[in-house]
Amino acid sequence: MNESTHLWLILLLPFAGFLLNGILGSRLPRRLVTVIAVLAPLASFVLVLSAFAASNISAATSCPGCGPVTALALPSVETLPYPWLVVGQIRVDFSLVLDQLSMVMLLVVTGVGFVIHVYSVGYMRDDPGYARYFSFLNLFLFFMTLLVLAGNILLMFVGWEGVGLASYLLIGFWFQRDSAANAGKKAFIVNRIGDFGFLIGIFLILATFGTLSFSKIAVLLAINPAWHASVLTVICLCLLFGAAGKSAQLPLYVWLPDAMEGPTPVSALIHAATMVTAGVYMIARTHLLFDRAPIALATVAIVGAVTALFAATIALAQNDIKRVLAYSTISQLGYMFLACGVAAYSAAIFHLVTHSFFKALLFLAAGSVIHALGGEQDLRKMGGLRTKLPVTFWTMTAAVFAIAGFFPFAGFFSKDAILYAAFLQGTGGKLLWFVGLVTALLTSLYMFRLWYLAFFGESRSPKTHPHESPWSMRGPLVILAILSVCGGWIGIERFSSYLAPAAAAHRPMPTGSPSLEFILSVAAVLVALEGWLIADKYYRRKRERPAQLAAALPTGYKLISNKYYVDEIYGAAIVKPLLAISKYVLGWVVDTAILGGIAWLLAGVASLTGMILQRWQSGNLRSYAAWLAAGAAAVLLFLLLTGSPHAWSISFFHAETIYKVHHITVTHIGQAGH
Amino acid sequence: MSFLQHDVPLSWYLLLSAVLFSLGVIGFLIKRNLITVFMSIELMLNAVNLSFVAFAYQWHEVRGQIFVFFVMMVAAAEAAVGLAIIIAVFRARATLAVDRIDLMKL
Repeated sequence: MNESTHLWLILLLPFAGFLLNGILGSRLPRRLVTVIAVLAPLASFVLVLSAFAASNISAATSCPGCGPVTALALPSVETLPYPWLVVGQIRVDFSLVLDQLSMVMLLVVTGVGFVIHVYSVGYMRDDPGYARYFSFLNLFLFFMTLLVLAGNILLMFVGWEGVGLASYLLIGFWFQRDSAANAGKKAFIVNRIGDFGFLIGIFLILATFGTLSFSKIAVLLAINPAWHASVLTVICLCLLFGAAGKSAQLPLYVWLPDAMEGPTPVSALIHAATMVTAGVYMIARTHLLFDRAPIALATVAIVGAVTALFAATIALAQNDIKRVLAYSTISQLGYMFLACGVAAYSAAIFHLVTHSFFKALLFLAAGSVIHALGGEQDLRKMGGLRTKLPVTFWTMTAAVFAIAGFFPFAGFFSKDAILYAAFLQGTGGKLLWFVGLVTALLTSLYMFRLWYLAFFGESRSPKTHPHESPWSMRGPLVILAILSVCGGWIGIERFSSYLAPAAAAHRPMPTGSPSLEFILSVAAVLVALEGWLIADKYYRRKRERPAQLAAALPTGYKLISNKYYVDEIYGAAIVKPLLAISKYVLGWVVDTAILGGIAWLLAGVASLTGMILQRWQSGNLRSYAAWLAAGAAAVLLFLLLTGSPHAWSISFFHAETIYKVHHITVTHIGQAGH
Repeated sequence: MSFLQHDVPLSWYLLLSAVLFSLGVIGFLIKRNLITVFMSIELMLNAVNLSFVAFAYQWHEVRGQIFVFFVMMVAAAEAAVGLAIIIAVFRARATLAVDRIDLMKL
C-alpha cells in the first residue's frame, strides 16, 4: 500500500463490473461474465485487506515481495477536490472516510460479498438472466461500499437509497412471477416510509449543525458538551425510523419475509448479511448523537428487544425454510438494535459480523437444499437430507450451533456480549436481558426445528435422488462454516478496543465483573441447550407432538403461524384506507369531479364559442364579401367620425412622407413661379 | 396636361373612382354568376387604379403610378389563375352559381 489508499477503487470496481455486465453482459460469453462479476468484488476485497494490513502496522516497513509499505493512519479521508453541493453556507463534499468502523464493515461486505458471488455462479448457472443477475449484484456492492465509506450523511443516504434499489431489482429478479414483483414493490415502498424518517433526520441535522459531515458533527458535539436531548432526541428518533425501515425492525419489518422471493444468494447477501445491517451501521456511525439522546437510545433498545422476541415467535411456526431464516434475521437484527440501545455499539457490530457469517451460511445452505430438491422450500416436504447432502448438512450444523449461541461458535461470543451489556444497564437493562434470553431460547428452538425437519427423519420429498451442489457452491459453504465456528474467537474485548476510536460510547458505561459475565454466559448456553432439547423432543422423537400442541392451542398457533396478522392489520389500517382515499377522494372527487369538471367546463366554453362563430363560416362567397365590405365600411365610418383629416393621413401614410411630399410640392411650385 | 390640372378638379376623379368601386362592390355582392363576380373585382381594382393615377398627378408623385403598374400586373396574374379556377370549378360542379359553391361550409 503506497501513499494513497485509493478508496474510490473499492467503490468503482464493482461499479465497473455492473456497467460491463449490465451493458454487454447479454452478448458476452457466460465465462467472461462470470470472470468480470467475481473479479470485481475480489479486487475490492483485496484492496480492503491491504488497507487493513497497512492500517495495522505502526510505521513504514517493508515486507518481502511487496516492497516498501506505508502505514495507513485511520481515519483516512479521501475527498474529491471539488464539492458536490454548495448551497449558501452548506457545502457537501464527495468524501470517503475509512476508519475502524467502516473497515470492519468493508471487510464483511466485500468478503462475504465475494464468497456469495462465487456461490451464485453455481446457483444461477442455468438462469437466463445470468448477466443481469451479476450486474445487479455488483451494483449492490457498489452502493453498499459507498454507504459504508461515506464521509457525510448525504452521501451515505445515496448509498442507502442505492442498496434499496439493488434490493428491489434483485427481489423482483424473477419478475415474471407476480409474487416476486409484488414483494419487490413492497420492499421498496416500506423502505421509502423509513427513508422519509431518515430524510427528516438529515434535514434536522442540517438545521441544527449546519453541516452533514460526520467529522464536523463530532467536532461540534465535542466543543458543545452541553448539547443534550431536545432536538437531538428528535433527530435520533427520525434516524431510528429510517434504520428500522432498512433493518426490518418493528413496525417496518414486513418487507423482509416477502423479500425471500428473490434468489437465495441475494437473500443471503442483501437480506441477511449486509444491506439489512445498514441500519445498525448507521446508528453506530451516528452514535455520538444517540449518546446525547437517552430517550432515543432507550427507544432503540426497546424496539430491538421487542422485535427480537416478536420475530422469533413467528419463526417458530413458519414452514418455508427461507421464511424461517428471514424471521430469524429480523430477530437477530433486533439483538443488534438492542445492543445499540444500551450503547454497546461495538457489541452490536460484533454481532453484525458474526451474524453475517452464520446467517449468510444458513441462507446459502438453505439454497443448497432448495437447489438439491429442485426448488422445494417447504420444510414439511424435506427430511432425511443428512446423508444425501453431507457438506450442506455439516456446514448448516455449524451455522445452527453458531446462531443458537453454543460455545465456542461465533454467535456465542457476540450474543453473550450483547446480553451482558444489556444486563449491566440497571433495572430496565435486566428486563432487556431477560427478553434477550427468552429470544435466545426461541432462536435455538426454531433453528433446531429447521435442522431436524430438513435433515433428519425419513425423506418426505417426492424427489428421490437429491444431489449435492457443485463445488462453486460447496466452497463458499465451507469458508463460511469455518468463519461461523472461528469468527467469534477474536473476542469482544479485542474487537471493541479495535473499534474504540470509531464506536466507543461517549457516555458513562457501567462496569461489570468477569464472574458475572461467566454466570450470564453459562445461563445463555443452558438456555440454548434447553431450546435444542425441546426441538429434539418435538421434532425428532415425538413428531406428533407439535400438531397436538397446535390443536390444543388453536388461537395461539393460528396467531403465530399467521404472523400475528400484521400484514392483514396493515392492509386494513393503512393500505385499504389509502386505496380507498386514492379511489374515492382523489379519484372521484378531485380527479373526476374537480379536475374533470374544470376540463369539461373549458371544453364546453370553447365548443359553445365555436358553435356561435361557425355561423360566420357559411361557405357562401357572397356572405364573406358582404362581411368584408361591411367591415371596410365600418372602418371608414369610424375614421370619419373620430379622426381629424390629419389623422386620416396618418392612418394611410407615414407622417414624414406626408411632410416630405408637401415640402417637395411647395418647392416645385415655388420654382415654377420663378 | 394643363386642362387636366385646371379644368377637372381632383374630386371629380375621386368621385368617379368611388362610383366605379361601389359598382364593383355591389356587383360582387348581388351577382350570382362567378364570371360576373370576377369582373366586378376587376372593376374595383381599376377604380382604385384611377384614384392612384389622379393622386399621382395631383401631387407630382411617381409612386402612385408605379403602384398602378403593380396592381395591373397582379390583376393580370389573378385573372389567369382565377379564370383557371373558374374553369376547374365549372368542370367539377357543372355550375357557376356562387351560392352553390359552398363546400367550405362546416
